[in-house]
Amino acid sequence: MKKIYLDYAATTPVSEKVYEKMNPFFSDCYGNPSSLHSQGRKAKEAVEKTRKNIKNKLNAKKHKLVFTSGGTESNNLAIKGLAYKNPSKKHIITTKIEHDCVLNTCKWLEKQGYEITYLSVDEEGFVNLEELEKNIKKETLLVSIIHANNEIGTIQDLKKISQICHQKGTILHSDACQSFTKVPIDVIEEDIDLLTINAHKIYGPKGVGALLIKDYLNVEPLFHGGHHEEGIRSGTLNVSGIVGFGEAINEISLKNIEHMTKLRNKMIKELKNIKDVRINGSLEKRLCNNINVTFKDAEGESIVLHLDNRGIFASTGSACSSNTLKSSHVLSAIGLKQEDSHGSVRFSLGKETTEEDIDYVITNIKETISLLREMNPL
Amino acid sequence: MVEYSKKVMDNFFRPKNMGEIKEADGVGKVGNKVCGDIMYIYIKVEKKENKEYIKEIKFKTLGCAAAIATSSIITEIAKGKTIEDAKKITKEDVAEQLGGLPPIKMHCSNLSS
Repeated sequence: MKKIYLDYAATTPVSEKVYEKMNPFFSDCYGNPSSLHSQGRKAKEAVEKTRKNIKNKLNAKKHKLVFTSGGTESNNLAIKGLAYKNPSKKHIITTKIEHDCVLNTCKWLEKQGYEITYLSVDEEGFVNLEELEKNIKKETLLVSIIHANNEIGTIQDLKKISQICHQKGTILHSDACQSFTKVPIDVIEEDIDLLTINAHKIYGPKGVGALLIKDYLNVEPLFHGGHHEEGIRSGTLNVSGIVGFGEAINEISLKNIEHMTKLRNKMIKELKNIKDVRINGSLEKRLCNNINVTFKDAEGESIVLHLDNRGIFASTGSACSSNTLKSSHVLSAIGLKQEDSHGSVRFSLGKETTEEDIDYVITNIKETISLLREMNPL
Repeated sequence: MVEYSKKVMDNFFRPKNMGEIKEADGVGKVGNKVCGDIMYIYIKVEKKENKEYIKEIKFKTLGCAAAIATSSIITEIAKGKTIEDAKKITKEDVAEQLGGLPPIKMHCSNLSS
């Protein structure tokens, strides 16, 4: 049976090139970058070269880059790290469509006495900029807004958002795990204070990420230990992972982006031909590989399992939420009624996806949907 | 993704007695659109020696794999039973027949009992 993976927003495979780059750092060049001897220095050199390359990719001339275990840690470090460092400011602004690791960090801080403002979004998933401006006050510690949404793919205008934040004297953090290397990011031009990125969405390994922090900003570490990463993130560096991350930033080329955009548009066009279908998220400012679709009178888990049975791997909402029965907070935020959001599925394309794949997927979606709708008693 | 037993998956992919009985003697409706699961059970009853038997039973369900599988299995359990006995089927019976349900989906067997 054909196997078509369309869940690249959940994670990607590690590319062959990345794997080859990582390989020597397991049992050949295995030194600890903190060691003084030449083995250690060699590892350190590889880490520092990677740091430089990733910073260059983002034009991060005025930022430090701290390696972490991934997006969740980077987002926690940005928000809690700033909060612990600036105890007098007890107000945080975020949005209703953040990834759970930002939302739940904010909810936890709420329990510690913080005031959190959750900005609403319009029906395409864009943050209301007037609402943002209105809510920034003297006590606002930071604004944290996801760059490209993981479920519906809507890309926010970070430049406009940072202008508002800085005019009103607050800090901007953005989670760019989904957009990094798919959407150009220039942290100087867009004036972003803190930025979360990770490796496993861009053909790199799982368990590696980074947080960019503007030079003059300080965050309190979450882990205390051996003063790694300028004391901001202690713990022996994941050298192979970091090296893989550095290689992965070159995996998605402009050509790949054009290819995925073309296939995404084709798939959206063909999905729209199915009766009672709604495409969620913005059609213009959208991740090149994201498709989020609601099928009326069919249920998401049933759709995903039927497709799985036919060799097609997709997900309901975000992969993380499939262990809970709650309908997607992102789809609720863009105004979907709960009964409609149950029938939503996310397909996310990779650079390997072909036109034939899309044709095969569309045929199988059509069959699955009519099968399930036939079972619907209403 | 929650983990389902083989029996659940079998009943999900190859549901038994799916469909509608046009002139049903009774239709049971449970669930609602907001929670995402709606189940209709149609029965045709036959009288034998003063007892009412379920002669024919069919279902239609909108919902997740557990909802569809429990619908399928309940029709299998209830078929041929007297109305009285069918009323005694519990959610535990349904879950047991399905080789267990993940705790988060136990409420699905409730739908059918």
